[in-house]
Amino acid sequence: MKIALKVNGEQHSLEIADENTPLLWIVRDLLNLKGTKFGCGKAACGACTLHVDGEAVRSCSYAVKFADGKKVTTIEGLRNEEAPHPVQQAWLEHVVPQCGYCQPGFMMATAALISKNQEPTDEDIDNNIINICRCATYYRMRKAIHRAAELERDRLSLSTKNIENGEE
Amino acid sequence: MNRTAFLLFIFSLVAFYLIGSNNEASLEAYEVISEEQRDSLTTERAYEQVMNVLMHPRCMNCHPTDDVPKQGMDRHPHYFGMSRGKENKGFSVTKCATCHQEENNLNSGVPGAPHWSLAPSSMGWQGLSRSEIAQRLLNPETNGGKSHEELVTHMTEDELVLWAWNPGVDANGVQREKPPVSEEDFKKAVEKWFDEGAPIPSK
Ligand code: FES
Ligand code: FES
Repeated sequence: MKIALKVNGEQHSLEIADENTPLLWIVRDLLNLKGTKFGCGKAACGACTLHVDGEAVRSCSYAVKFADGKKVTTIEGLRNEEAPHPVQQAWLEHVVPQCGYCQPGFMMATAALISKNQEPTDEDIDNNIINICRCATYYRMRKAIHRAAELERDRLSLSTKNIENGEE
Repeated sequence: MNRTAFLLFIFSLVAFYLIGSNNEASLEAYEVISEEQRDSLTTERAYEQVMNVLMHPRCMNCHPTDDVPKQGMDRHPHYFGMSRGKENKGFSVTKCATCHQEENNLNSGVPGAPHWSLAPSSMGWQGLSRSEIAQRLLNPETNGGKSHEELVTHMTEDELVLWAWNPGVDANGVQREKPPVSEEDFKKAVEKWFDEGAPIPSK
């Protein structure tokens, strides 16, 4: 089956033998984007979280056929070092990771959260960020999520001001 | 004497078995009887069959009365603290569709079907009796304004309802148990029960 995917802004056309191959395999093994991690393979831990058309999905449990014609964003596509994404910035400020293995999944889930909700309450975080971290970085993570939301609010108000001033 | 009688008895048993198993007429007769039995499905029996399906965990697990989906034959609360959220589809970011796609995922064991979601809370059934469930099912105020005709369509054609007979495998690769009535018999029972006006037995 031919699959067309836009991954981190780059268009790919892939010939896939088994359309039920997990998207995670495609991203890691065919596109060589190793930031997205394999944890459980059963949609239980969230290490493989990435975005498909802006929605967080667990790519270990997402057949590649469902991504055909869609936009995929992985941790590599969030932003770069020169212009970190609010989530990356907040993670750096709070030195969140310990071993780091679970972090890309948490960061992608958080990026999806603050794109929809710039003022998440602790309850919103408890409901939506349900990935698993074996190093138990949850305490720093919560602070970083609130900080990322704050940075996103700043970014949005700045861009609103720029638009009002006629700047792009 | 006793020995002869015993041998005769065994012989007749074997002969009876051989004649019976080679006789096509008797097989056809069995099928005819089976069809007749189906045609003679009583309204009470149809109701029983419908309810046997609705009470099974494959259906009941997504009709909670406490906003928490259930999983497995032991009906444990859905792992990871998932609950109804907005519009019965989970929370804004972590929603049913974060893990559940349009079909079963045989690699991860995550079940899936089109419009995967909880039934609305007005259609919560867990902990209710059969007749209470039937009342909720039939009442347009709780069933989303559905007429009997629309209920028949929903119960016999909706892909999420019919997922119960294609439940896939669990996280350990073990086939999930299906409801105790076959899909075909369930559809017949639904049609029969509604044809008769969907009466709810008083006992
Ligand atoms: S690897 Fe996908 S959820 Fe754990
Ligand atoms: S930082 Fe080690 S698993 Fe989360």
